[in-house]
Amino acid sequence: MENIKTGDKDLNVLSFSLGEDEYGIDIQFIETIIEKNLPLTRVPGAPFYVEGVINLRGNVVPVLDLRAKLGFQTVEDTEETKIVVANVEDINVGIKVDRVYEVVQVNKNHIEKATGLGNENTCKYYLGLGKVNDKMIILLNVEEIIKN
Amino acid sequence: MNTNQYLGIFIEEATENLQKLNQSLLQLEANKEDTLLLNRIFRITHTLKGMAATMGFGKMSGLTHAMEDVLHKVKNGALAVDEILVNLLFQFLDALEDYLKNIVNSGEEGLNEYNGLLQALRNIDVETAQEKADRGNEEPDPSKKIMQMDIYVKSAIKKSHEMGMNVYKITVTLDKGCILKAARAFVIFKALEAYSDIIKSEPGVQDIEDEKFDFAFSLIAVTRKGKDDIIKDLYGIAEVEKVELEVIESAIEGEGPDVTGKNSMAVDLPGKDTSTPGDVISSKAIDSRITKTIRVDIKRLDTLLNLVGELIIQKTRMEDVFNDKDHVKDEHFKHLERIISSLHDAVMKIRMVPIEIVFNRFPRMVRDLSKNLGKEIELLMSGEDTELDRTVVDEIGEPLVHLIRNSIDHGIEIPQKRISMGKPRQGHISLKAYQDGNSVAIEVEDDGQGINLEKVKEKAVEMGVIIREELNSLTEKQLLELLFLPSMSTTDTVSDLSGRGVGLDAVKAKIESLGGVVEINTRAGSGARFIIRLPLTLAMIQALLVCVGEERYAIPLSNVKQIVKVKPGEIKEVQKKEILLMGETMVPVIRLVRVLGISHGNSKPDETGSVTIVIVNKGEKLYGFVVDELLGQQEIVIKNAGKYLAGVKTISGATILGDGKVALILDLNYLMQ
Repeated sequence: MENIKTGDKDLNVLSFSLGEDEYGIDIQFIETIIEKNLPLTRVPGAPFYVEGVINLRGNVVPVLDLRAKLGFQTVEDTEETKIVVANVEDINVGIKVDRVYEVVQVNKNHIEKATGLGNENTCKYYLGLGKVNDKMIILLNVEEIIKN
Repeated sequence: MNTNQYLGIFIEEATENLQKLNQSLLQLEANKEDTLLLNRIFRITHTLKGMAATMGFGKMSGLTHAMEDVLHKVKNGALAVDEILVNLLFQFLDALEDYLKNIVNSGEEGLNEYNGLLQALRNIDVETAQEKADRGNEEPDPSKKIMQMDIYVKSAIKKSHEMGMNVYKITVTLDKGCILKAARAFVIFKALEAYSDIIKSEPGVQDIEDEKFDFAFSLIAVTRKGKDDIIKDLYGIAEVEKVELEVIESAIEGEGPDVTGKNSMAVDLPGKDTSTPGDVISSKAIDSRITKTIRVDIKRLDTLLNLVGELIIQKTRMEDVFNDKDHVKDEHFKHLERIISSLHDAVMKIRMVPIEIVFNRFPRMVRDLSKNLGKEIELLMSGEDTELDRTVVDEIGEPLVHLIRNSIDHGIEIPQKRISMGKPRQGHISLKAYQDGNSVAIEVEDDGQGINLEKVKEKAVEMGVIIREELNSLTEKQLLELLFLPSMSTTDTVSDLSGRGVGLDAVKAKIESLGGVVEINTRAGSGARFIIRLPLTLAMIQALLVCVGEERYAIPLSNVKQIVKVKPGEIKEVQKKEILLMGETMVPVIRLVRVLGISHGNSKPDETGSVTIVIVNKGEKLYGFVVDELLGQQEIVIKNAGKYLAGVKTISGATILGDGKVALILDLNYLMQ
């Protein structure tokens, strides 16, 4: 077992789903979670995974489809679709996910370094696998997702 | 003491002080006898020493302390200001800037010791000591020292008189019941320093700070203010019992002991620690403007501006809702609109800062670079007080550095060459800023060799950006445009400064990202001029809202030259490119539906069978953009689309419309390419 980027503390993550699997993002990067009902403006020329921009309380915030970013099949939005607004180094980005669950604490000893997650292009977006009770949560590297 | 929370303030103030020091040193270099200037340099050094020591930056305070020592010697006449000394002081300045840079980056001073500098300083000391020994005057006796002090004070007084300033000797007696004498004295100094330059105090400032005085102290102040005002001001301070004010008419005649207080100085000075500068405490140079200011984090201003933007949007929204032609409501709305617009102006004004803070670094840069290259260059600056939005000022430094370096490196010739060409030996670079209507223009002009258009042509052909046959059809303006292409350079030699061909394209990109434009004028042999035009304010513009497909976009109105409606047949196809003939001009037509990836088809003609084309000018050239519908003209608040989308070139920003939806602002410059 190897600890990754957690220091001595347990990791608090927001868990959500994409398809069958459960994913988690360190909550220190999360600003807010919003419904997927704000009008979206498409941005011509933007990367394929950028859905567009929204007006979030007077700020223009881009929204990316996490499924597309991670190279998964994209799906139609549902009632449960949410946008998790993350903030990394003053860059605000909305991340579209299928469904948001809860904040869970992942024991630092129960995190395993990511191996075999994603492909050669997307593996940098993964931090590792966290075990909470009997569930496995795929921990995402939100800094990489936003900055690259 | 935990000083972390003060680090930000320290950095800001130290930067400011180093900049002032730089400025003053440059002035001193040109004007070695100026005692007021010396005074100022001394004071800045003293401030820096205090700041650094408080923050625990021992190396910085050590350096400034050494500087202070040497300056002190200069002031009492033991050392003369010469080229060597000024150069040394500049090196000290560089060292201090280096420390500050480390502090900015890591919060620590870093490990550089600059022992060499300190040694150089000691050498100067030794030399002077030797000189003195040669003259058989190794140990200057106290009376000699006093004389030298007097020379300093006198020359300051003389200079002040020449400048039409009043010189007063002010004696303040404090109330006998005053407990914190030093603090009270400090208040009095502060009050006087608000409008005067204190060139001498008695007892020295250190003694006053240590309360080493009875109840009275005297000082000599240089000011433009009248006598009565000062007396009134001083009596306004608590615990001041008596103020005596004496006008010092002339320093030359003032040989009498009471004029400069020489008598009491004689009692005071011997045996005093020479490293504590008791006599100079002016906090403002005479020429500096005196305003009351507060420091505000730019983020707070951004928030404020954001809120004002929201207010404007909300107002537009409400107008839509209450659009029922009610005169009373209309009146109220008009009123609200006026208030909001004044509020917006006020906020924008707060964000304006003089371009001075950018310009300040250039005299030094020109000095150093021209020395390195063996050129003689004078930098003339004007319009330093021209104001620009803070964000623009922060960004404009880099492109200006590029342009000025270009002028120094490629523009101005070496002295011999200039003389052989019949030009004055010294080259000139002028840096001008001025407001021009709704924009601010910054010009960088040199009287060097100008831009060799033939070389530009050659290079362009070599790079394959243009074929030789086409060259002749290009106007001079178009040729100069070629200079802004990436990796274009007309020098054959690559130097440290430039010639690598990175530069002008970067300059252009930066200026355009700020919503500005760059122009070049040149005459072969006699110089080149770069003109940068920047919008006065960035945050709000007049825009034309258009509909393309189902999407709405904003086009900055400043770009729009004309809007025409034409029948589809009037758009001709030439070599697979669509062209519209407007009189004699051929206007390339760009279909926004296509370039924005909305559909691959054409915009549909409207019910009258015509299509709408927005004609935009870029320099001399016109371009036509086909849109589906015009939604009207509107004042929009520019929002940053965020760093995340910084790579998306088709848009230059975003705005929020009355219905709360985001509309993107098209970057037409990019779309024209």
